[in-house]
Amino acid sequence: MDLIFTNLVNGLMLGALYAIVSVGLTLVFGIVKVINFAHGEFLMVAMFLVFFATAYFGVHPYVTLVVVLPLIFGLGMLVQRVLIEPLQDSDEHIMIFATVGLSIAMINLMLMLFGPDIYSTPSSGLRTVVDMGPAMFLTGQLNILIAAIALVGGIHLFLTRTQLGRAIRATGQNRAAAQLMGINVSWVYMVTFGIGVSCVGLAAVLIAPLYPTSPEVGQYFVLLSFVVVVMGGLGSISGALLAAMIIGIVDAFAGFYLGANVKDLVVFGIFLLVLIFRPQGLFGGARNMSHVS
Amino acid sequence: MLKLNNVTAGYGSTTILHGISLDVNEGEIVTIVGGNGAGKSTTLRTISSLINPTSGSIEFEGRDITKMAAHKVVELGITMVPEARQLFPEMTVLENLQMGSFTKVARPRYKEKLDEVLTLFPRVAERLSQEAQSLSGGEQQMVAIARGMMSCPKLMLFDEPSLGLAPIVVTQVFDVVKKIAASGTTVLIVEQNVFQTLQIADRGYVIENGEISMNGPAQELMGNDHIRKAYLGI
Repeated sequence: MDLIFTNLVNGLMLGALYAIVSVGLTLVFGIVKVINFAHGEFLMVAMFLVFFATAYFGVHPYVTLVVVLPLIFGLGMLVQRVLIEPLQDSDEHIMIFATVGLSIAMINLMLMLFGPDIYSTPSSGLRTVVDMGPAMFLTGQLNILIAAIALVGGIHLFLTRTQLGRAIRATGQNRAAAQLMGINVSWVYMVTFGIGVSCVGLAAVLIAPLYPTSPEVGQYFVLLSFVVVVMGGLGSISGALLAAMIIGIVDAFAGFYLGANVKDLVVFGIFLLVLIFRPQGLFGGARNMSHVS
Repeated sequence: MLKLNNVTAGYGSTTILHGISLDVNEGEIVTIVGGNGAGKSTTLRTISSLINPTSGSIEFEGRDITKMAAHKVVELGITMVPEARQLFPEMTVLENLQMGSFTKVARPRYKEKLDEVLTLFPRVAERLSQEAQSLSGGEQQMVAIARGMMSCPKLMLFDEPSLGLAPIVVTQVFDVVKKIAASGTTVLIVEQNVFQTLQIADRGYVIENGEISMNGPAQELMGNDHIRKAYLGI
């Protein structure tokens, strides 16, 4: 019984991590209409930033957020402006090649610079076990859950209550009409891409103290995020949150009871079932995929 | 106020407009009439900079706006109510209106403009919290016009505002266009509904195969034999 509860709590926390990563991915897809296959590599670069900032300045990993977020946001804007925007009106397959290419380039650049080694960010007390009676977890994991709730709530408020947020949604729903409102859509796309990858900037700060950093780490975390985004309905933030929690809990239980080898089979089995019975995803509208709320 | 000099434009390698010249003076209602595919909508899309001319020039209040970005053109005071409404379907009616007053010029006047459009369109006022896509075609057209008015335009471009609407709603739309012009906004309207448009317009241009084939006061055009045969079916 204790173990069920512990697994449930761990699943929720794992789900929270997938949620943070997936929200950024689904936002970029819903608005800019780009599947960013380099999303995980932004996570990896951000984790390296966290590692070096803590190593050189000796600060708590969470403090590095003030450096990591602006840098990743700026990098995202740059990628949108230089790589995505010139291709925006071309065939969507070309955009896939572009972001896949970016992903490969980023991994290999980091392999060249830092080698295939593993870098461990100091845990700074975040690996302390909290024993809450039936459930046991790490303080760092609890913080991920809190951050995920704050992030999803914050993005929702931003998109619905601020003029920039509404402009972002308007651009996602009708780009030409947005231009006719006086919205600089190329700027909106840059900001959206920046916010999207800032989500993995946040994720990086939260997970670097718990997981080792390496050039391939992005692939590990982001594969399941693609599952989450498709399962939640492409472009839907609330769908991504729900799907992330489902995947997280399934992942935790299957990993514990069936073993690490079989757990992916279960996760992807459920994913396939969702695709067969609800191909538009849990929250996806059948009409179009620009839904962001 | 607005001046097009020998404008050529199109999509990709297809040229639609073969040297269009026209002008609109302040306070006028000017119409461009013509058949399907003649280049009416392309003319408006070129003026609002959704597409860039391949040659020729466009001037607004003495400024060259030929190569200006679309969102800058709106700030200068040119607003287009696009064909088929083009609302933000999953945003509420109120949010659509808020997007209308997005520019720096329009934002401070948001409250005043909102009152104005809600008085003009009581039906829209009743639907503020509904998603735009849940409205009927006529209501959506009213929201599209209201949204355009929110940006405090000096010149309003209407692209086929009567398309696909019931006859009674068409009459309402033309009434609204007349009211907007009467309140001091200059209007350039593109229509296939030639008869009703010429009735409210001061001047008209006839566009055929991407060229202006005729122009003059609306009354004169309405009496023209060619126009009566080709567009009015009389």
